[in-house]
Amino acid sequence: MLNYSIRRLLLAIPTLIAISLIIFLLLDLAPSDPTANLPLTIPPEVREKIRQSLGLGDPIYIRYLLWCKQFFVNEPLNILEQWFGWGSGDRLRVLSWQTRSPVVDLIVERMPQTLWVVGMSYVVGVLIALPIGIISAYRQYSWFDQIGTFVSMVGFSVPTFFTGVLVIVIFSVWLGWFPSIYDTTHQVTDWESFLFQVRQMIMPVAVLALFNAAQISRFMRASMLDNLNQDYVRTARAKGLRERTVVMIHVLRNSLIPVVTVIALGVPQIFGGAIITEQVFKVNGLGQLLIISIQGGDLPTVQTLTFIFAVLIIVFNLVADVLYGILDPRIRYD
Amino acid sequence: MSEDGAAVLDVKDLRTVFETAQGAIHAVNSVSFDLRPGELLGVVGESGSGKSVTMMSLIGLLGTTAATVDGAHVNFDGMDLLRVTEDELRAVRGAGIGFVFQDPMTSLNPVFTVGFQLMEPLRNHMGMTTREARQRAVELLELVGIADAEKRLSDYPHQFSGGMRQRVMIAMALSCDPKVLIADEPTTALDVTIQAQILELMKELRHKLGMAIVWITHDLGVIAGIADRVMVMYGGQIVELAPVIELFKNPQHPYTRALLQTVPSVRGSRAERLRVIQGQPPILFSPPQRCSYSARCNHAFDRCLAADPARISVGDGHDVACFWDPETGEPR
Ligand SMILES: Nc1ncnc2c1ncn2[C@@H]1O[C@H](COP(=O)(O)OP(=O)(O)OP(=O)(O)O)[C@@H](O)[C@H]1O
Ligand code: SF4
Ligand SMILES: [Mg+2]
Repeated sequence: MLNYSIRRLLLAIPTLIAISLIIFLLLDLAPSDPTANLPLTIPPEVREKIRQSLGLGDPIYIRYLLWCKQFFVNEPLNILEQWFGWGSGDRLRVLSWQTRSPVVDLIVERMPQTLWVVGMSYVVGVLIALPIGIISAYRQYSWFDQIGTFVSMVGFSVPTFFTGVLVIVIFSVWLGWFPSIYDTTHQVTDWESFLFQVRQMIMPVAVLALFNAAQISRFMRASMLDNLNQDYVRTARAKGLRERTVVMIHVLRNSLIPVVTVIALGVPQIFGGAIITEQVFKVNGLGQLLIISIQGGDLPTVQTLTFIFAVLIIVFNLVADVLYGILDPRIRYD
Repeated sequence: MSEDGAAVLDVKDLRTVFETAQGAIHAVNSVSFDLRPGELLGVVGESGSGKSVTMMSLIGLLGTTAATVDGAHVNFDGMDLLRVTEDELRAVRGAGIGFVFQDPMTSLNPVFTVGFQLMEPLRNHMGMTTREARQRAVELLELVGIADAEKRLSDYPHQFSGGMRQRVMIAMALSCDPKVLIADEPTTALDVTIQAQILELMKELRHKLGMAIVWITHDLGVIAGIADRVMVMYGGQIVELAPVIELFKNPQHPYTRALLQTVPSVRGSRAERLRVIQGQPPILFSPPQRCSYSARCNHAFDRCLAADPARISVGDGHDVACFWDPETGEPR
């Protein structure tokens, strides 16, 4: 397993380099202009100068190699040097065209909001999806299953920008229970501020959790149903095991194998940020950063963010495969 | 085997109905039989004749399917299994009555070790500690002829061959010293040489442990070699029940006679060797109103369509449910 993982990670390197190049080329094709958002009074010559100063005049391969050097060499070296105090650690970093600050710093700054809201919603979604899926399958066609199916349909097919606005109207505007805008500057220092943090998280987390739970509970249900009719379940019953043992140990252990891999494959989406939900609730997380950068033609930021998502996707694909190998003894990687 | 002594299992008038979208399916219709201590009762019949459902109904193994099991009684170990609580029934499953199923490739849970699965009933029914259960699991694997038992406990089912898995299944069914072992086509899914090995093993274990066995099979050849009595099923009913020699020498029911002719033999022409019974076994959407074999029977006459023949005794321990008498070729 370890060998396999190492081999997969090594293989990922050329893949990722290819991906970074493709992203770069695609972004270069996009008709965006980093000066488009500047005031109209700026004359064209000045605009051209700005473009030149951003390096847009160089041939594309120079720009790509520059990004590679900044991201793959300078960034890690800077971090190492700062940690160990070897040197100044001030090599040229990947800079955002919009804010002129290092992209990695922007990402680090916005990561907590995204992890709190989107990550929490994923955890909550999984935690409610699993029991719902299990009970729905075990009591197939019961009223519980019917309601579960209906709620999943709704959660899955109604877009989050609709449910998001709906809960804002109901719970913020009419009832006034929760703030409609997520205050990212809020600091949790005591009990009071913690409660506020919880209150402002509830709506975005609930909206996203519903969406996540809808998919995962369906998946859990289908996987349980696949296994409930297997011969080994009959064997377990014939051994005189308690029904709870039969379902929660024998059936569940098998059913979880595909579900766990799906859950692992979904993790990169957390880091991608739920772009729409972050917009609706004004959470300034990574999703929002991506949107702003695209709108502002901020190529280094878009390039870096997209590349990091690609890395996460590849890593969690590997995690999913490794989990599969751990959970299913029939799978052997070597 | 021993004719005397109370039956270990006494089934009277067992009926099982499945509720399906197409309607109620009467899969077991008024089945009565008994099983004597140490006896091996063979159960034969075509696919769909209700052999498995009958045996699963006895101990509530139909699971969560929409099935109703009803009857006069199923007496086992001083209890009426039709009228005990689910917990009492569960205590019988795997302890008093052991089950071996047809397909060893799918009957073991792929994600748990063989040791874990073997130890489960031991801990559950016999209250053994993990160490005691482990010890006993090793003995059981040795009993069914698995070499290197200690080490194999931590192997997963996929690391065993089909025949070895069936040995594990047998070990599991025997783990709590059951009084009755129900083997539902335990050799059907195996290839011929392995079949013979499993058969030998069962014969040997039977004499060593002395439990009563119900052996379900399609293969009359197997039955001839091991059974004491044979029960022939058709349409969810017992159409003939007789000691094994009597059944082969003097089959009474047209279905039994047809089955005996389908036994593949090396002699005779190819057409003769591959003779099968024409037609399909019935699916009963209501309790039988006529002889359920009448649609395929060569000897059917008007009475067969008007009523369902009752089971009558035609000799010492020989019962048949048919209106036609093969001796005279006339209605009885
Ligand atoms: N879960 C179920 N729902 C509806 N009908 C069923 C169900 N299980 C079995 N039956 C019906 O009960 C009848 C008897 O089935 P059973 O499995 O006992 O046959 P069998 O004699 O064991 O056949 P085989 O030799 O193929 O194992 C069949 O007609 C089948 O259609
Ligand atoms: S009762 Fe009639 S139809 Fe049924 S088996 Fe006997 S002869 Fe054939
Ligand atoms: Mg069967």
